[in-house]
Amino acid sequence: MDYVIIGNSAAGIGAVEGIRQVDQTGSIAIISDEPHHTYSRPLISYYLGGKVEQHNMYFRPKTFYRDYDVEPMLGNPVTVIDAAGHTVTVAGKKIKYGKLLVATGGSPFVPPIENLAGSDVFTFTKWDDAKALAKAAEKAERAVVIGGGLIGLKATEGLLNLGLNVTVVELADRVLSTILDEKASQIFGTHLKSLGVTLITGDTAAAVNRDGEGSVTGVTLKGGNTVEADVVVVAIGVVPNTVLADTAKVKKERGIIVDEHLMTSAKDIYAAGDCVETFDILRHIRRPQPIWPNAYEQGRTAGINMAGQPLAYKGSFGMNSIEVKGLPTITVGMYDAVGPEYEILAKSDAESLTYKKVIIHNDRLVGAVFVNDIDRAGIMTGLIKDQVNVKAFKHDLISDNFGYAVFPEALRKERLSS
Amino acid sequence: MHKSLIKAEFQVQRDDYKCIRCRVCERQCSFEVHSYDADADRMFEDEMKCVGCQRCVEYCPTRALTIQPHPSTIRPHGNWPYRAVKDICKQAETGGMLLSSTGDELGHRIYWDHLVLNASQVTNPSIDPLREPMELRTFIGRKPDQVDVRLVNGKPVLKTELPPQLTLETPMMFGAMSYGAISYNVCQSLARAATASGTMYNTGEGGLHRDFYQYGPNTIVQCASGRFGVHREYLNAGAAVEIKVGQGAKPGIGGHVPGEKVDKEISITRMIPVGTDALSPAPHHDIYSIEDLRQLIYALKEAVEYKKPVGVKIAAVHNAAAIASGIVRAGADFVTLDGLRGGTGAAPTRTRDSVGMPIELALAAVDQRLREEGIRNNASLIVAGGFRNSTDVVKAIALGADAVYIGTAALISLGCTVCQKCYTGKCPWGITTQDPYLTKRVNPEIGTQRLTNLLRAWSLEIKEILGGMGINAIESLRGNRLHLRAIGLNERELDVLGVMHAGE
Amino acid sequence: MATKAKTTKKRRRVQADEKVCIGCKLCEVACIVAHSKSKNIIRAFNEETPRALSRVLVEESKPLTFALQCRHCDDPPCAVACMTGALRKDPETGAVLHDREKCVGCWMCVMVCPYGGIQRDMREGKAASKCDLCLELDEPACVAACPNAALFVVEDED
Repeated sequence: MDYVIIGNSAAGIGAVEGIRQVDQTGSIAIISDEPHHTYSRPLISYYLGGKVEQHNMYFRPKTFYRDYDVEPMLGNPVTVIDAAGHTVTVAGKKIKYGKLLVATGGSPFVPPIENLAGSDVFTFTKWDDAKALAKAAEKAERAVVIGGGLIGLKATEGLLNLGLNVTVVELADRVLSTILDEKASQIFGTHLKSLGVTLITGDTAAAVNRDGEGSVTGVTLKGGNTVEADVVVVAIGVVPNTVLADTAKVKKERGIIVDEHLMTSAKDIYAAGDCVETFDILRHIRRPQPIWPNAYEQGRTAGINMAGQPLAYKGSFGMNSIEVKGLPTITVGMYDAVGPEYEILAKSDAESLTYKKVIIHNDRLVGAVFVNDIDRAGIMTGLIKDQVNVKAFKHDLISDNFGYAVFPEALRKERLSS
Repeated sequence: MHKSLIKAEFQVQRDDYKCIRCRVCERQCSFEVHSYDADADRMFEDEMKCVGCQRCVEYCPTRALTIQPHPSTIRPHGNWPYRAVKDICKQAETGGMLLSSTGDELGHRIYWDHLVLNASQVTNPSIDPLREPMELRTFIGRKPDQVDVRLVNGKPVLKTELPPQLTLETPMMFGAMSYGAISYNVCQSLARAATASGTMYNTGEGGLHRDFYQYGPNTIVQCASGRFGVHREYLNAGAAVEIKVGQGAKPGIGGHVPGEKVDKEISITRMIPVGTDALSPAPHHDIYSIEDLRQLIYALKEAVEYKKPVGVKIAAVHNAAAIASGIVRAGADFVTLDGLRGGTGAAPTRTRDSVGMPIELALAAVDQRLREEGIRNNASLIVAGGFRNSTDVVKAIALGADAVYIGTAALISLGCTVCQKCYTGKCPWGITTQDPYLTKRVNPEIGTQRLTNLLRAWSLEIKEILGGMGINAIESLRGNRLHLRAIGLNERELDVLGVMHAGE
Repeated sequence: MATKAKTTKKRRRVQADEKVCIGCKLCEVACIVAHSKSKNIIRAFNEETPRALSRVLVEESKPLTFALQCRHCDDPPCAVACMTGALRKDPETGAVLHDREKCVGCWMCVMVCPYGGIQRDMREGKAASKCDLCLELDEPACVAACPNAALFVVEDED
């Protein structure tokens, strides 16, 4: 095989599309331990809640592998990468590669909790997780979700749609603490409570309680309280999955280290997506930035490089869009920056649960938060991405009618002419 | 504050079934007639503010609106029509002069409508302009008493040095409208259309914006009593200079652009501070006689080094013929006569409607006088004042005009509905305003095209009519009153016009 | 093998000339009609509920006004960010198209579109809504409706 891609999600598919932009004839294999045609992992909460049916789970049409002349090898994991020999081993069989992409994504982080093993306890990152949880939820009335982050709250939404009573247990003092600032968290918490969710913060699960038959009856928290539940979802977070990369002995810290062409420390081995760490152009540090657009972009860039056309990946920055039952929220960049060097403009309205905040550093936007009124958030993302000087119109940034009309003429023309 | 006794002039009717609450009418109305009540999800209208411009009617995407003269009326009376009553009420409330725009609205006799044209039958056969060349080219400027020709290699070559001439491909020009009275976009449309059509537009007394110097070969620059924006480069930028003494819509009266309209660009162009009123005095303060006028004519000729024609524009007043004679003798290369129906951006209503005379009479009188004095060839005669179509133009040329200025008709081609509110500065069609939100309404690309089309269409019609007369050059029609006959005019009128009655 | 080599750089979008945009919003009206069920202006506004959404937005900061809609980028960030595959650049027409069936309304596209050109359609379920260039018409409805020639189609092919 000229190209072997391990991983069948955003980065993997991005790589296929990137390779085919440059090389229309080289042979490509895509390998995944999951048996499914490429599907969208973020959709599993919608699937759980019955909002997306099976046929709409797929990220690309059923004809994708054929259209792109890709050999899919699905259902078995790669067990070993032999960097020197340029082979990967799948189900005991060695496959030779010219260029390899490791796009193994992230793994759910599961902390030590007593009695965790057994039925009725689920993680929530893969389609099969959602399928299993959906089945268990059929006879369940109460669920406890351990972790009030992105995945936990999307699982919560799915479970609410199935009619379950949900308790969310979050160790931090607020939900979504890694993607929202305090104010937005607080609004989100208010919203969750209004949906009937029981929110427990500053605590976490110590043990899963089970009855004599091994069925879950609830969770005992570190603080001593007990929450009754029929199912438990563990959604503390995701860490880069580097288990396979370790077999090739590529350099890693929190995630796999790649150069600006997304190549690892091993020749001809590239990595992209949630398993790597990349440069955060706002925070000026390397870190895992496990979000969908970054994964796709990295995959595609890696693919273009693998096919022999050098293309630098300049890095990215964090951004998240999350909506749980009618409260759309977007955060971009350094949403939580504080300090004398940052200028923060914000406004909020408690009644309508709207909140807008921008963070400015040296007349450049470095972060933004939008709750409810998100309609033109992308303009702000663009300004952050291109580090545009916003001094001339910074007070319009949080106005209700923010748009290109408030831009200085020259800047507006420059940005709209392309 | 007591109740106003002025009645609504227009009725705004909204078909509620057709109204989709898109609020386009509200955004288009610069007089704030329409408003939307979100709680009631209804449009409301304040008829008192409606000027009947029809902008909303034209822009309503469902044609849900009808604007018509208000049907509510006072008891009809011969001496006291509502117009008379309304004016009295208005003045009783404001204590001020009545202001208005465009030309006379009383409808003094339009002589064009009492004149008919001739055509060839059997003898002197008519000409098909689609098959044979038809000449509309017109030269504006003093013509020599005689021309000497010498033969070079058997071909005649003009020996006489001709005075400066303007060459027009059609005998119609765009009349004087200043940047200030009309918007930048309209000026640009006029300049570009004049260029495309091989004719001239006239700057009016507002100076020439630096962007429009490029259209100089098709520009007549004006020098009026306020001398706004008049300097050497300006005078030399155009193809000809016109001294404005008077204007048909307001003979004897100066001009006034209120300070609010004097923005940065106008201030630079007029050479006055931003926000100051641009006041044109009623007279030129250096002209109190024909001799004074002669001094100015020659001062300007010096400034343009005798390379461009210099003319004088006057309003058509009672003794226009004698004045025109004096103007020609003072050295003007052309005389412009502006009649009673000529437009204006702002004029006292009483002056507009009652001072001066219809252009037909003035033209006939001036042409006749200059001929009698043997000086008709010393200057071209340009006429203006309410020209509405190509036959008005043809009749004017037969009466003795060399060329015609069209002003209001040009603005109508850009959308003007003659609502007569130019003086408010809120022109809903974006023509006679400097409000940047409104001026965008004239797209210069579209404006240029429409004006060019208008001149082209009229020129085609003129050729058709000439052909019908068996004439193949407009020059042959000039001053040929035998091609005109009158219908329904009395003997004095026939006498002044110098035409015979139909049937004679 | 039609899609194997996706290298088309064809690009088509509606451009506004702010100098002559008069802010009437007839483009928005036309867009709503073009995306209504009946295609009849009065029914689209007065009878169809929920009413269709306009995909073009007239921005205003008087006297400035201009219409803005999807720029149909060469490399659309929305399609990169779209986690469902609902947004894609159509190689045939150059249009960035949106498949409402697939969309779940995660607003990733809203988050990344640098033009703010994607709207939230909350009428039946939630989904993104954006300019589709009226591909089934001779010219986009907004362009046809603009009374002052302030909107026009720009097309370039690599």
